[in-house]
Amino acid sequence: MSHYAPPSSAMQSVLRLFSIPSLAKLGTGPLIAAAVLTMIVIVTLLSPWLAPFDPLEMNPMNRLQGPSDANLLGTDPFGRDIYSRVLIGGRVSLLIGIGAAIVSVFIGLIIGLIAGFFRLADTIIMRIMDSLMAIPSILLAIALVALNGPSITSVIMAITIPEIPRVVRLVRSVVLTAREEPYVEAAVALGSSMPKILFQHLMPNTMAPLIVQGTYILASAILTEAILSFLGAGVSTEIPTWGNIMAEGRQYFRIKPELILWPGLMLSLCILSINLLGDTARDMLDPRLKKRGE
Amino acid sequence: MLFKSRNFDDAKTVLTVQDLTVSLPPAAKAPPVLNRISLTIRQGETVCLVGESGSGKSVTSLAIMGLLPKDALFVTGGKITLSDTDLLTQSQGAMQDIRARRVAMIFQEPMTALNPVMRVGDQIEEVLESHTSLSADERRKRVIDIMEQVHLPDVDRIHRSYPHQLSGGQRQRIMIAMALVLEPELLIADEPTTALDVTTQQQILSLIAELQEKHGTAVLFITHDMGVVAEIADTVYVMKSGDLVEHAPIETLLRAPKQDYTQNLLRAVPSLIPRAPRTAPGGDPVLKVDNLDMIYGGGGFFVKRAGTHAAKDVTFTVARGRTLGIVGESGSGKSTVARCIMRLIAPTAGSIRLRDTDIAHLNRAQLKPHRQHLQVVFQDPFRSLNPRWTVGRSLIEGPVNYGTSPSQAMARAAELMEIVGLPRDSLDRYPHQFSGGQRQRIAIARAVMMQPDVLVADEAVSALDVSVQAQVLDLLNDLQEKLGITIVFITHDLRVAAQICDDVLVMQRGVVVEQGPAAAVLANPQHEYTKSLIEAAPGRAWDFANFRELGAA
Repeated sequence: MSHYAPPSSAMQSVLRLFSIPSLAKLGTGPLIAAAVLTMIVIVTLLSPWLAPFDPLEMNPMNRLQGPSDANLLGTDPFGRDIYSRVLIGGRVSLLIGIGAAIVSVFIGLIIGLIAGFFRLADTIIMRIMDSLMAIPSILLAIALVALNGPSITSVIMAITIPEIPRVVRLVRSVVLTAREEPYVEAAVALGSSMPKILFQHLMPNTMAPLIVQGTYILASAILTEAILSFLGAGVSTEIPTWGNIMAEGRQYFRIKPELILWPGLMLSLCILSINLLGDTARDMLDPRLKKRGE
Repeated sequence: MLFKSRNFDDAKTVLTVQDLTVSLPPAAKAPPVLNRISLTIRQGETVCLVGESGSGKSVTSLAIMGLLPKDALFVTGGKITLSDTDLLTQSQGAMQDIRARRVAMIFQEPMTALNPVMRVGDQIEEVLESHTSLSADERRKRVIDIMEQVHLPDVDRIHRSYPHQLSGGQRQRIMIAMALVLEPELLIADEPTTALDVTTQQQILSLIAELQEKHGTAVLFITHDMGVVAEIADTVYVMKSGDLVEHAPIETLLRAPKQDYTQNLLRAVPSLIPRAPRTAPGGDPVLKVDNLDMIYGGGGFFVKRAGTHAAKDVTFTVARGRTLGIVGESGSGKSTVARCIMRLIAPTAGSIRLRDTDIAHLNRAQLKPHRQHLQVVFQDPFRSLNPRWTVGRSLIEGPVNYGTSPSQAMARAAELMEIVGLPRDSLDRYPHQFSGGQRQRIAIARAVMMQPDVLVADEAVSALDVSVQAQVLDLLNDLQEKLGITIVFITHDLRVAAQICDDVLVMQRGVVVEQGPAAAVLANPQHEYTKSLIEAAPGRAWDFANFRELGAA
């Protein structure tokens, strides 16, 4: 009983992440990760203004050039500016990643709350989730894109659906523990309605683990998008993304490794920093896990 | 009453603790956690360390074991000597050896202290394996021997069992066997019977006494239960927030406590003498339970399985303004009955008439209008309030559900805060800013906000210190007199039941074995089980509040 942790709303937990003393305790790793990620986000968001060329503008006279004053990172086999393509491509990749993460956390949260609270729904929902998890997620995503065509929305959907079961399981397990708490039973006795118990008593418990899970899903969604594009099952090649830039660069990789190097580097840095920040968030929101790792 | 208080003047001193001071890290700038504690334990002596939660009992025992949490608590002064060995100067490795051979410890919850994936026989043997050079045969013999000494039935089978296959009492016996197999000089028992039922508690206490006599072990027994102390102690040390208040041989302490704190502590111990019977007011039944049956599990899709019959044919009636106690040990079905009445679960059969409606089989929506007449207070004050909500928000949740405006409800909540003895501004604070007893008051206030007809108190005072327990019982009593609430009081503690109940209902394995007015049932029990429960109540022959034997008026 003496180990009772002071309560915190999800918002307080998030705010705590940014408080000065805790930042000092973190060390430099997370700070660098945060700086890198912020840079990447800012640069890609401002890409329409930062990019010197239209990423789709071909210039056959100017193929496979090395870095120059005009083309900072050189040009690709169609004479398009690699620098502009990587910036603009990053914007689409991040958009798909963030979109997929938000949608899957949101849908997973709702389904998980329902599954955790209603017995009958639980049996049905969890069997559906089990079957979804039995299908390899890339395969499922490829099939979904094939069905719906290679638009951004359909790619987001294709990445979201395989991620949902993970969120559902997490939320359900938190709800299953929390619903046994006497304060939830007291709320039942006080005549609180079902939505009130679900959203006001149970949902706040899921926030801390969801924030952590959300960052991992974000990283995995960006990666899945790149894989899909690389396999040619992502958004159509008219929209550059890190994945399809690398896919196109594959044939010329031996002559010009930069075609894959730059988008690949951006992708790796981006995912690395998101995962690192996710680990940091986990350590701060759930100190028990941190101790286990040490 | 017969006290132990044997004479130890000639006995060898096993443990001396001298001016022991334990502090938080200097950065915390807090007063010491233990303030110059001194105690001695002699061979064969049982020393009880009593005090309320937070008094430093457990810290004392951990300091002796050298197990203070690192970087959190430090010994900053004093000496601990175990027959000529200075324990504070020992290295980690030496301490480890001392902990195995010379000082042993048993804890409150044996399930967490045992390895769940290892057979218990092997766990005892492991102790021997790492600290003696006995051969495998000899080890096995020693293990069987010690298991017989702790009176485990069917030693062969239990030797091969895993902890979860044993009962709580059997697990505690295994822990004792493990602690004593190397014949330590000192046994530290930290609330070893608190998690056990009274009848099991009695068996474990007599087992410890028996083994102590046989091996001459010195015992440091930590407990909050004065009844247990009266049964087993030779010498008692009373602690209060890190200070040693008083120490004396048990009889002296119980007959003539010197310090106010000890006197108050003793006065708060509930006695088994039932309260003065109240005349039944009016007697119109508010809650009427008929042939209530609850079977958990069972059914099965392909094969018909038998479920657990947790409550069988339970029938009782409670009149307005009366208190009914449902008493029983763990697994007796008392909480099942409470949860059925609250309709947190649906009973398998039977009827529950609240005022004039049978609520036993209503669905969620049909139940809503009846919920407000039926409120509950749970056992664990740390979990019964939403930690993320202010007290005020928790308090008005119910009334707002039934259409009261939040501002009106808040005004009523402020009044109620004063009635339960908390300042009005408590409403803006969060539950973690209150102590256990205060939280239980808040939980009671939350229930009373609804102006219920029936209040179900499920072990509502079991997690509290005795002095707080007495206050909360008084509060319930007051509220009942002011508002005419009917209380259904679930408890495992006959002494608490005696203090608050008009009528008592005793349950065993889901069946009501005896029911009637508290005075009749407790003074003149008819059923064997009730008799054994009363027999087992520790310190039942002593009138703690008046410092004398019961009946010696």
